[in-house]
Amino acid sequence: MNLPTLSIKNLHKSFADHEVLKGIDLEARKGDVISILGASGSGKSTLLRCVNLLETPTSGEIRVNGELIEMKQDKKRGAIPASIKQVERIRSRLAMVFQGFNLWSHMTVLENVIEAPVHVLGVPKKEAIVKAEAILQRVGLYERKGYYPGQLSGGQQQRVAIARALAVEPEVMLFDEPTSALDPELVGDVLNVMRGLAEEGRTMLVVTHEMAFARDVSNKVLFLHQGLVEEEGKPEVIFENPSSERFKQFISSVY
Amino acid sequence: MHELLNYQGILFAGAWLTLQVALLSLLLALTLGLLGALAKLSHSTCLKGIATLYTTIIRGIPDLILMLLIFFGGQMLINDLSYNLNEWLNQFVTRFDPAHEWYSFLPDYIDISPYFAGIMTIGFIFGAYMAETFRGAYLSVEKGQLEAATAYGMSKYKIFVRVMFPQMMRHALPGIGNNWLVLLKTTSLVSIIGLQDMVKIAGDASGSTQQPFTFYFAVALIFLLFTSISTTFLKWAERKYTIKTR
Repeated sequence: MNLPTLSIKNLHKSFADHEVLKGIDLEARKGDVISILGASGSGKSTLLRCVNLLETPTSGEIRVNGELIEMKQDKKRGAIPASIKQVERIRSRLAMVFQGFNLWSHMTVLENVIEAPVHVLGVPKKEAIVKAEAILQRVGLYERKGYYPGQLSGGQQQRVAIARALAVEPEVMLFDEPTSALDPELVGDVLNVMRGLAEEGRTMLVVTHEMAFARDVSNKVLFLHQGLVEEEGKPEVIFENPSSERFKQFISSVY
Repeated sequence: MHELLNYQGILFAGAWLTLQVALLSLLLALTLGLLGALAKLSHSTCLKGIATLYTTIIRGIPDLILMLLIFFGGQMLINDLSYNLNEWLNQFVTRFDPAHEWYSFLPDYIDISPYFAGIMTIGFIFGAYMAETFRGAYLSVEKGQLEAATAYGMSKYKIFVRVMFPQMMRHALPGIGNNWLVLLKTTSLVSIIGLQDMVKIAGDASGSTQQPFTFYFAVALIFLLFTSISTTFLKWAERKYTIKTR
């Protein structure tokens, strides 16, 4: 069996009468690192948030490891998930790293990392702690495990957020502009951790403005424009030879 | 002073009663407040309406009036209800068994004790204030905190218990503290409906000893003691729920 880890077909999303996503297809296989680029308002964050149903798609199909997320029609609210249990189960397999970190501020670093394994996946606490400590070691924050998020810098918080994501052993890691809220000198540490994850074969979807990351680390790049995929392909191909005029402009405006 | 010593036993019993009424009312107020806040924040127009009606009415009427209304009115309401139910049940049985003799299925007369009425009224009143406190606290929790919990697959219940509640407590505690202090002092009103709390006892004692100042002063000191202990405890609780920053 060689099912894609994540497959999205003809995804639409409207807010009131404004259509943000106008039919997106995307496929991620195990080990894929896909960068999603686009100007602000292009729908890239919305796309990512539709994958774990933080936003409910208006129509289209999302499959995780071949399993279709069932939707149904509600008279008032339009499309809604048919089974919230299924959605919760699938969410627990997709870890998200947010632009604003969103670490739980009343928990220590270690508590943040073991929260989902213990309270969602049902891993015994001792086991979860051993694993969490190893992960914190790896993102370089083991010494800070007893700190609260408010006591850490943005870069450190984002690395804890990545540790929190790793702790659930996700099928796909979703990164929503993970470096956009960071001071420039802190971006490097976070990108290095992400580079390491890419090298060990994690499946990642990364909404980003970091061109260098998209070009050097990902194996596939998607450029969104006004809710549609305007350009996609291997970074070495599309960065060297963009076929879309808009993507050309986008690259030159960013560099 | 001598008179005070004579009365110290029943005064302390009264103080203990005051404390009981206050704590049980608090429990009721917190429960009603949390439910009221959740109702106000829910998507259901009906629940929202009920909760708004509750807080508007309660907060708009003086506590003393409400207490008298609930104590006397509530008693009448319950007894009328019980009487009518009895009648109805008897008529119903008579229809099937003409030989049936009138029987009191429910008690003829229910006497609500001032203790119970006091707790109910105070809990009911302060539930409305707590609802506003909780609602504000709920709204001040950052959306991202809940979003992260959702994204990691927590159920609505888990999100509430693991993230929402501990975070909203931080915002709610100062308000809860204020409400508690006012609530504690409001218990002095239950003496009006005849509860032998320390205010009532002080009133009776000052009547028979002609030393009102001594007794009311003692009661004032006991209240001050209760509120001081509360304040210390609240400070501790607020520290426990603060979010640590550098």
